[in-house]
Amino acid sequence: MTNTQIPAVRPSRPAAASAARAAQPSARDRGTRLLATLFLAPTVVGIVIFTVVPIVGSVVLSLFHWNVIDSPNWAGAANYREVFTDSTVLVSFRNTLVFMVVAVALQLLIALTLALAVNGRMPLWLRSVFRSAFFFPLVLSAASISVVMKYLFNQDFGVVNWVLGQVGIAPVPWLTSENSAMAAVILVYVWQQFGFSFLLFVGGLNNIPKEIHEAASLDGATGLRKHLHVTLPLLSPTLLVATVVGVINALQVFEQPYVLTDGGPGDSTRTVVMVIYESAFEQLRFGEASAVGVLLFVLIMAVTALQFRLSRRFVHYQ
Amino acid sequence: MSRVSPLSQATLKTSPAPLSLSRARHSLAPWARIAGLAACALLTLGPVIWTVSTSLRTPAESFDLPPKIIPTHPTAESYRGVFDQIDVWLLALNSTLVTALIAVGQMVTAGLAGYAFARLDFRFKKPLFALVLATMMVPLQVTIVPVFLVLKSMSLTDTLLGLIIPAFPTAFGTFLMRQYFLGMPKDLGEAAMLDGAGPWRTFRSVYAPLATPGLAIVGVLAFNYHWNEFFRPLILETSGQNYTLPLGLVSLQGNLGTGSISVVLAGVVLSMIPAVAVFLVGQRPLREGITSAGVNR
Repeated sequence: MTNTQIPAVRPSRPAAASAARAAQPSARDRGTRLLATLFLAPTVVGIVIFTVVPIVGSVVLSLFHWNVIDSPNWAGAANYREVFTDSTVLVSFRNTLVFMVVAVALQLLIALTLALAVNGRMPLWLRSVFRSAFFFPLVLSAASISVVMKYLFNQDFGVVNWVLGQVGIAPVPWLTSENSAMAAVILVYVWQQFGFSFLLFVGGLNNIPKEIHEAASLDGATGLRKHLHVTLPLLSPTLLVATVVGVINALQVFEQPYVLTDGGPGDSTRTVVMVIYESAFEQLRFGEASAVGVLLFVLIMAVTALQFRLSRRFVHYQ
Repeated sequence: MSRVSPLSQATLKTSPAPLSLSRARHSLAPWARIAGLAACALLTLGPVIWTVSTSLRTPAESFDLPPKIIPTHPTAESYRGVFDQIDVWLLALNSTLVTALIAVGQMVTAGLAGYAFARLDFRFKKPLFALVLATMMVPLQVTIVPVFLVLKSMSLTDTLLGLIIPAFPTAFGTFLMRQYFLGMPKDLGEAAMLDGAGPWRTFRSVYAPLATPGLAIVGVLAFNYHWNEFFRPLILETSGQNYTLPLGLVSLQGNLGTGSISVVLAGVVLSMIPAVAVFLVGQRPLREGITSAGVNR
């Protein structure tokens, strides 16, 4: 606002300096305000241009038919009607929900079991080896690792079927059958993601005061029972975070199905984000793609809100 | 993927003291538990081990089953093959440029904005901070169509800058740095003020030097996420000269089919090296960042 007066705080100008001394606090406040403006500008301007405007833009675009080349045509709710009648889009929402439920459940179960196991008594170096191993897949590229997994899950020469063959299981057409493609996508996703929940659980377990465990042990609680009645309730805030973040991430799955199956066979592994990508950038239906995006956003918000609501009954804060 | 944060401050610090429980005799025998963990660790690392060992086999041997962990005739043939098939240097250069600039950019923007929210007084502080927090909940996949159009209007599609500039502001990084600065004693700044330091000097000489570990988390996280990023490059970069490594590898697999597995895997191994290096050097900030961010990717 009064940016022109800011140089007055520089002591190198005698006249200005005395003026500044007379009005010390306000000059300093102005300096603070200018600094705050400069410090915030990159973040706030960036967020407005690349997040706030696009959110509004998504909603506006979803009300038009537009192929980028011709000028946009008002569509009203037509794009949304189309979404609810287009079988590919509907299937993609169903696939994504199935994927979310199975993948997150599996991810949490594996992560929790491993976190409890790693938390037991063992040499420190061994614990850190296990911890590193379980979190290692997280640092790899989901796209590149899916390239690798495509070979491993190959029906004829893939290592997965070879291993299954050793225990007498007939080769599974993992990526080429509508019945098993989603299972393969889920396995690849969970393999890479469980380490995230694992790290959360390890952190959560570390925050449980060990006196509580000792007290439970003295009262005779053992093994599974102790975990069920003592550890889990104390871990419930972490469990909530792991579930919420796991669900939000799972609803946006893209790389694994894109690389492994390209959504197929048929539409059996096509996810919502794949539909957004395809309808916008392959079919140039920007309006419909935006409508799907808006619906995905609403779905994510709704599922998250639901989890927080349900959590009131199950989550115990210390 | 997303940059969702649970806003859980509890997870920001992972306490180093592990539980040492006297429950060994109650639960599973320790050796059985450790053996089970070892098996799971092997299963987790298995695909990566297979990738490295197969990349060292000849293309003809790469179909061999059972998979041999130690190749019978180790050869770098496949590595030469990748360089023949794709311009690995160009892909690596693009990936490095994009990742490094984003990481540095995020450290700067998050450091500055985080400090402003933590330690400076100005109008609209609360609503602005609420705005930043709210955008953490918005997945990129949902807004990608308008983001693409905004970049198109700036002529930034199919350029590396189009990947870099939108990634500079980071809501999560800003939040993390704000928490970081809030955790520092207020007296330090007040003492500096009394000594006549202005707001800038106070930031520059007192607080900024203390922020390094927090900035490391932001930087390492940005590196890990953007080095592996696939969705935005796939949409923005249409000409091969602007491809990043993951994009180049996926299209390499598409071009080669299954004829030369080892060549594709050699490419995957090469692209993993920087990510693994960061994993080894910066595991602690990475772990702290991942647990507090929910980034994956």
